[in-house]
Amino acid sequence: MSAEAHAHPDAHTGHDDHHHHEESFVSKYIFSMDHKVISRQFLITAVIMATLAMGMSFLFRLQLAWPGEHFAIINFILGDKWGKDGIMAPEMYMALVTIHGTIMVFMVLTAGLSGTFSNLLIPYQVGARDMASGFLNMLSYWFFFLSSVFMLAGFACETGAASGGWTVYPPLSALPQAMDGSKLGMTMWLVSMSLFIVSSLLAGLNYIVTILNLRTKGMSMTRLPLTIWAFFVTAVLGVLSFPVLFSAALLLISDRSLGTSFYLSDIYIGGQALEQTGGSPILYEHLFWFLGHPEVYIILLPALGITSEVISVNARKPIFGYRAMIGSIMAIGFLSFIVWGHHMFITGMNPFLGSVFVFTTLLIAIPSAVKAFNYITTLWKGNIRYTPAMLFAIGLVSTFISGGLTGIILADSALDIPIHDNYFVVAHFHIVMGVSAILGMLAGVYHWYPKLFLRHMNKKLGYIHFWGTFISAYGVFFPMHFLGLAGVPRRYYSNSAFPMFDNLVDINVFITCFAMLAALVQLVFLFNFFYSMFRGPKSEQNPWGANTLEWTTPMAHTHGNWPGKLPTVYRWPYDYSKPGKPQDFCPQTVPLEEGEIDGGGH
Amino acid sequence: MIKILVYVAIILAIFAIGYVVRVYELATSLKGKKQHEVTDSDNRMMGKIMLTFLVVFFAFVIWNLESFGPKMLPESASEHGVGLDWLFNFNMTILFFVFTITHIFLFYFAYKYYGRTGNTATYFPHNNKLEMIWTVIPAIVLAVIIIFGLKAWNTITAPASDNAIVIQLYSQQFQWTARYSGTDNKLGDSNYKLITDTNPLGMDDNDNKGDDDIIVKNEFHIPLGKEVEFKLNSRDVIHSAYMPHFRAQMNCVPGMTTMMHFTPRITTQQMRDKLNNQKFDYILLCNKICGVSHYNMQMTIIVDTEIDYKVWLHAQATHKSQVNASAAKPVAAK
Ligand code: HEM
Ligand SMILES: [Cu+2]
Ligand SMILES: [Cu+2]
Repeated sequence: MSAEAHAHPDAHTGHDDHHHHEESFVSKYIFSMDHKVISRQFLITAVIMATLAMGMSFLFRLQLAWPGEHFAIINFILGDKWGKDGIMAPEMYMALVTIHGTIMVFMVLTAGLSGTFSNLLIPYQVGARDMASGFLNMLSYWFFFLSSVFMLAGFACETGAASGGWTVYPPLSALPQAMDGSKLGMTMWLVSMSLFIVSSLLAGLNYIVTILNLRTKGMSMTRLPLTIWAFFVTAVLGVLSFPVLFSAALLLISDRSLGTSFYLSDIYIGGQALEQTGGSPILYEHLFWFLGHPEVYIILLPALGITSEVISVNARKPIFGYRAMIGSIMAIGFLSFIVWGHHMFITGMNPFLGSVFVFTTLLIAIPSAVKAFNYITTLWKGNIRYTPAMLFAIGLVSTFISGGLTGIILADSALDIPIHDNYFVVAHFHIVMGVSAILGMLAGVYHWYPKLFLRHMNKKLGYIHFWGTFISAYGVFFPMHFLGLAGVPRRYYSNSAFPMFDNLVDINVFITCFAMLAALVQLVFLFNFFYSMFRGPKSEQNPWGANTLEWTTPMAHTHGNWPGKLPTVYRWPYDYSKPGKPQDFCPQTVPLEEGEIDGGGH
Repeated sequence: MIKILVYVAIILAIFAIGYVVRVYELATSLKGKKQHEVTDSDNRMMGKIMLTFLVVFFAFVIWNLESFGPKMLPESASEHGVGLDWLFNFNMTILFFVFTITHIFLFYFAYKYYGRTGNTATYFPHNNKLEMIWTVIPAIVLAVIIIFGLKAWNTITAPASDNAIVIQLYSQQFQWTARYSGTDNKLGDSNYKLITDTNPLGMDDNDNKGDDDIIVKNEFHIPLGKEVEFKLNSRDVIHSAYMPHFRAQMNCVPGMTTMMHFTPRITTQQMRDKLNNQKFDYILLCNKICGVSHYNMQMTIIVDTEIDYKVWLHAQATHKSQVNASAAKPVAAK
């Protein structure tokens, strides 16, 4: 199958870097349809959003560690309305938690992660000149951009941003009488998420079509790097599950504005009995988590894909169990659609149904365990080169294991009863999803920075960044398990209303200190990231000695990626340190020798 | 003023980092070294830090267990909770074992195999036997976990026995109300359309099952060793009745009734003595975000001996008597 014919007309091939069609600044950097530019747009937007969301967590961590204390910085940032005398208003606390969660989950780790790396790597690694549709790809970025703007604009509302938690369960989110955050702020949230879903669908369809149709000659599905496999399954999950969230949002909008009662029944609020009967909030929960659970794998799989690639390249060894890795990605993808009920064990859902979800959820642990073991075995007898990316990838393996293990407790419905919705859950999902995916994303940034910006990031600062981040991530989230085991509910503005929590203040102070350290270390990253863009040392073509196709393109942002013909692929991407080869790597474009078996076969 | 100084300091610090980096880069490029290239000494250093991290990490975990562990909830005050705590510890033991083994391998390999020029990695792309082993072993362990877990789940969620004491827990922004079903052990009908200031639960006075119901606020009592069944309702948004000391939780969902039941096994006084804290109380919290005062929606739970419980209950006014009293008042005033 020759992809060349579809990707770009042949007129493009072989033309010189300097003789582009005269592109204006706007068409080159703003409304660009080039996957490399769009990838950078996603990345920079995500870095900004992540910084804001982290700033929010810093503010509410101050409140949790020292409730009632006066902080000049709170008053400075939140103003007199929300931060009078330096004390955060409870409304503001809820809004910050909600928007922090939403931005991290959707803007940073869904759009930011997939948007950056699927866009950058899919055309490069499958050997295509660009995405199947550059135009839809561009639209996907701009929908995402608008969505981010609307999400932040919630804070500009007189009544504050959405504050019902990132899950925005009705009736709380459906009834403006229920809280100020459910007024205009909630509308902004819904608009933002609707735009986001459009963006994610446009992007996902593009990824799928490109992977299926635009693979270059010789690039069979079983020669795809694991990054591409991960992006592929991620895109399929997104395309199948985001529309369900969209329908949930539409019904919510309808309940909010048109007086319908999909989610509402028998409610007396604000001194008044509402007319609506017959609906059920549980319907919303089902719809939400039908997306919500696959969503955590939409976040995690790309990070795992990046890790597979980074670990293999830097251990100078083939990834262990390539086919088992593909199998587990697919198993995780499939199972993730039939486990959503583990978020609903104590909502009043039929207990028998609960048992079914216990079973399916614990099944997911098997392919996840296989992945973890395979990563560890890949390190065994390697010749590990510690680039900053490699450190982040190893960090991911650690947090993926330690966060995944507590998931086994939460998936056990009986054990979930006393810890559901408390800080044990906050600890669990931050470690397994938040920290792991952030580490994976950073591994990707350090590893592919030369392809993104043609330069290198500073190695030493990268080391500092990794150890600071990794240590403070455990410092922040590990002790949270104990808050949960002490019974502290999540989404509490303050624990001081309960004498039983008085002895937990020191844990909260401890956590906040590490959160501040984490934030400080990210400044090192921000500096390194932006500084290296302009001043970093220029990169040679294949700085890591890697096998995949992106490193066969010149270190320039060439329109159409390869100046000449598209490369032909002869082997799988993991021939590192293969006996009998002159170097410890062997790019996919090197033909097989007489009698050589491909794909790690014997 | 201090604020401005802080900002100035931050900006200066950023410039300082930039300057140091620049100088460092210039210095290394003079030495003819590409500074982004990873050297053997980098690898050695990172490998050693990996090993150090392993040790420090486990020290940290143990320190956490020692200093934060005692702050966890005291032993379960409900009968089923004892089994749950056992199951939790059982699972945690398995998980901690897996956690330890995998982390030792991960960080030890990360140290042992740090790169040295001249070394080559071993080409080891797959091994069906190994992969089989680590698919099957987790599967077996998980099967054990699932079987124990579902057994516990089925007993906890089985219907309450017929002689369980029925109590309604009624949630609204931001308070709890408890309604005892009285001598007939049946709750009177109610309807949200009947809610008024004087009838906050919307009780239907035409239904005389409700006459002996007893409505209490702020604090409710339950008897030691008797099964109690809670029927949960909400007036406005979703709340969650969370009683951590009893290892019990269930959401309160508007438009439907949810249920949970348990048997208390330690009275409040006994627990106070055990904990050596005479101010201790069992608490009902709200554990589902429900609005601005979600963080302060509570009710005290008192576990009494059966006799004390009966005495307390008898001292409470029934719904009927309250209705009569408030109906009598306006007449008396005239
Ligand atoms: C600087 C690092 C971070 C800190 C200190 C932090 C801290 C917190 C805390 C303390 C909460 C619970 C607040 C409450 O329940 O009252 C929370 C909620 C949350 N965080 Fe983070 N977080 C961080 C990074 C992340 C990342 C990387 C993610 C990505 C997934 C994330 C996603 C969430 C989500 C989804 C929630 C739940 C929001 C809700 O309850 O609706 N956070 N965060
Ligand atoms: Cu889930
Ligand atoms: Cu609440």
